[in-house]
Amino acid sequence: MLSRVADNLYWMSRYLERAEHTARIAGVHLNLMLEYEPASQDRRWWRVLAALGNLDPVEGDVFAAAQSFALDQIVAAIAAGRENARQVREQISSEMWEQLNRLYHESRRMGTPEFWASQPHDLLLSVTESAHLFQGVTDSTMIHGEGWQFIQMGRFMERVHATARLIDLHFEEFFRPENEAMNASEHMEWIGLLRSCTAFEAYCKVYTADLRPERVAEFLLLNPEFPHSVRFAVDQLRKSLGAVHESAARKPDRLDKLAGRLTAALSYTPLEEIMSNLHEFSLNIRRLCGNIHAGIYQVYIMYPIEAALES
Amino acid sequence: MGMPGFETQPLLKTRFQNYWLNGSYDEMFEAEGVPRPQYRGLYEMLLSLPVEEMRRRKQAADISFLHQGITFTVYGREEGTERIFPHDLLPRIITSAEWETIERGLTQRITALNLFLRDIYHEGRSLKAGVVPSDIVYSCRHFRRQMREFTVPKNIYITVVGSDLVRLPDGSFAVLEDNLRVPSGVSYMLTSRAVMKRVFPELFRMAGVRAIDHYSETLLATLRALAPEDRPEPNIVLLTPGVFNSAYFEHAFLARQMGIELVEGRDLAVHDNIVYMRTTAGLRRVDVIYRRVDDDFIDPLAFRPDSALGVPGLFNAYRSGNVTLANALGTGVADDKALYAYVPAIIRYFLGEEPILNSVHTFVCSDPAQRQHVLSRLDQYVVKAVGESGGYGMLIGPYSTAEEREDFRARILADPRNYIAQPTLALSRAPCFVDGSVEPRHVDLRPYILYGDEVRIVPGGLTRVALKKGSLVVNSSQGGGSKDTWVLH
Repeated sequence: MLSRVADNLYWMSRYLERAEHTARIAGVHLNLMLEYEPASQDRRWWRVLAALGNLDPVEGDVFAAAQSFALDQIVAAIAAGRENARQVREQISSEMWEQLNRLYHESRRMGTPEFWASQPHDLLLSVTESAHLFQGVTDSTMIHGEGWQFIQMGRFMERVHATARLIDLHFEEFFRPENEAMNASEHMEWIGLLRSCTAFEAYCKVYTADLRPERVAEFLLLNPEFPHSVRFAVDQLRKSLGAVHESAARKPDRLDKLAGRLTAALSYTPLEEIMSNLHEFSLNIRRLCGNIHAGIYQVYIMYPIEAALES
Repeated sequence: MGMPGFETQPLLKTRFQNYWLNGSYDEMFEAEGVPRPQYRGLYEMLLSLPVEEMRRRKQAADISFLHQGITFTVYGREEGTERIFPHDLLPRIITSAEWETIERGLTQRITALNLFLRDIYHEGRSLKAGVVPSDIVYSCRHFRRQMREFTVPKNIYITVVGSDLVRLPDGSFAVLEDNLRVPSGVSYMLTSRAVMKRVFPELFRMAGVRAIDHYSETLLATLRALAPEDRPEPNIVLLTPGVFNSAYFEHAFLARQMGIELVEGRDLAVHDNIVYMRTTAGLRRVDVIYRRVDDDFIDPLAFRPDSALGVPGLFNAYRSGNVTLANALGTGVADDKALYAYVPAIIRYFLGEEPILNSVHTFVCSDPAQRQHVLSRLDQYVVKAVGESGGYGMLIGPYSTAEEREDFRARILADPRNYIAQPTLALSRAPCFVDGSVEPRHVDLRPYILYGDEVRIVPGGLTRVALKKGSLVVNSSQGGGSKDTWVLH
């Protein structure tokens, strides 16, 4: 498979995952803010901005800044995802293209500041639903070959990053190691975190509705069966990496080791140790992911010609 | 002659009520109400099928084009730039005797033009002998001095050619122009045939139509024949400018049909004069490139330095004989509209034969006497800029205003080398299905010629139709459409 095609498929998928994640977080926090007094909102929207990857300082109205950042990110990510798909249109199924194209046109219609100001949930719902549909269409209409594996990698790479960062920021704000009882508004925030990862119902099935921060962390970081947990995403990522190694007949040692370290961190770090420095743990996961991303590009996509000629 | 069609006079009246003959050659009728033998089957079917049924089939064909995504890109509009290629339901039919002449004529012409290209990039015998004025060759902006003294594989310069033919009022075919650089449109020929087979199966069975489906296979075999000699299992790729190119659909289509990789410039890299493509499994050597990128853009080191579509170093790899480009570079000299006037002389000089196909009489404005002749009769001629294509930069004398003629007079005087003039041609007309009735429209014909070991032409081509009533311009960018072209056994 051409490296450019792999690159397009990987980013198509990453951008769609990003659009979905952004839409979900924006929707959850728009809902949460309704039950708070307006004065206390700045911290929330600072956090949302940081969770969405905005590192620039914001001046003035933080709420407005977060709204426009989220809207721009959703619309731009969908457009970028579609543009990547367009370049490899003959490599994906027509059903995938049609689904993605429909989402793109919807997002252009509803993704204006005016529409957003009055009906933000129409867009958010449409984006999350379409993203799920696209994933289903992809899995059921495309050959599960090398191209599909790059799509998987893009999706789960983005998911690990986004989820690890979100958890980190949330715990920094709301987690207190002494076992104090939560008040009602804190309770809502923990539900909000789970909802941001579509995890509330799944959490309740495993632990009942008894919300405890350690359990939330365990569920979102380490649960091997829940699709939006970091552990699950890392397992999928590693599986796809292995499949690509095999089909491309390569033995990229460094990538293997990086992926192994990532899995080991999630499998063998005791929960107490994670909780004692969750920020460092999350940072380490993200760092390893970044290295894997760079490794994928070095081995499969942007490799220097000279190195490839020697081997 | 007792023909069954004649009993259905009233229906004939309604179905053909807008069909009248004029000075142009009519593809279907030899006289009012008398179809040519090859069209009799179609004629009878048109009389017997209810108009609703015709509409239904037209719709089926349109939907089929839409679903297959058979589109072309119109430049200069931001949204919805992809459009369905307009298509007419009724086939254009060519007899085997007519085709035989076309085939021989094109083979002769392409063979001679190929020899001419080899000559101008080597000894230049034909220029010294005065067959073609050398300033026409050297002033052509498609002349590539970088190609001098370089022997291309098997001496084949023009591997894929699309020549435009028109039919004159006496029924004979004439070549209007040759496309020797990166001709397009063959995907429309192939897809439109596939659609027609589904829409008119019964007519196909009756008529005995020669197959064209082997085009892609033949193209692949042709490309393989041109591979560097030490590469017995050549890796062949199709190089596209990318998704924004107007013919991207065709590039993707042909690559898929041939089962070869569709690459862009950024997928290729040159090292030690060897071309590689970047794959997830490492670098893979490339041996033959069917390139759909113009000369100017193919290698920023050798040609336009601002090109982002090309591959740096490709030209040197080509000159080293490590990779084959098809078509070769610099072939645009031979389809320059000013050079066109000299093609009959080129055929006589290189082959010692008389041209089989007619040419259209052409006045070259760089010649003072011919220029004078044209300027005094601008209202009678079609004036064309030699560097333009797609129906742009043209003055159609009989339909022009005095202002337009003054404008062209000034342009010709400013840059005579850039203009030629030809008499206005009455293109032949073929029946088209328009708004529930059958009407005549002007058509031309573009067969596709492949030249590897030998010249091969699949029996058929792209018949382009000027769908606008009375129009003579068949280009898709100017409201033209296409028809399936049937060559009979």
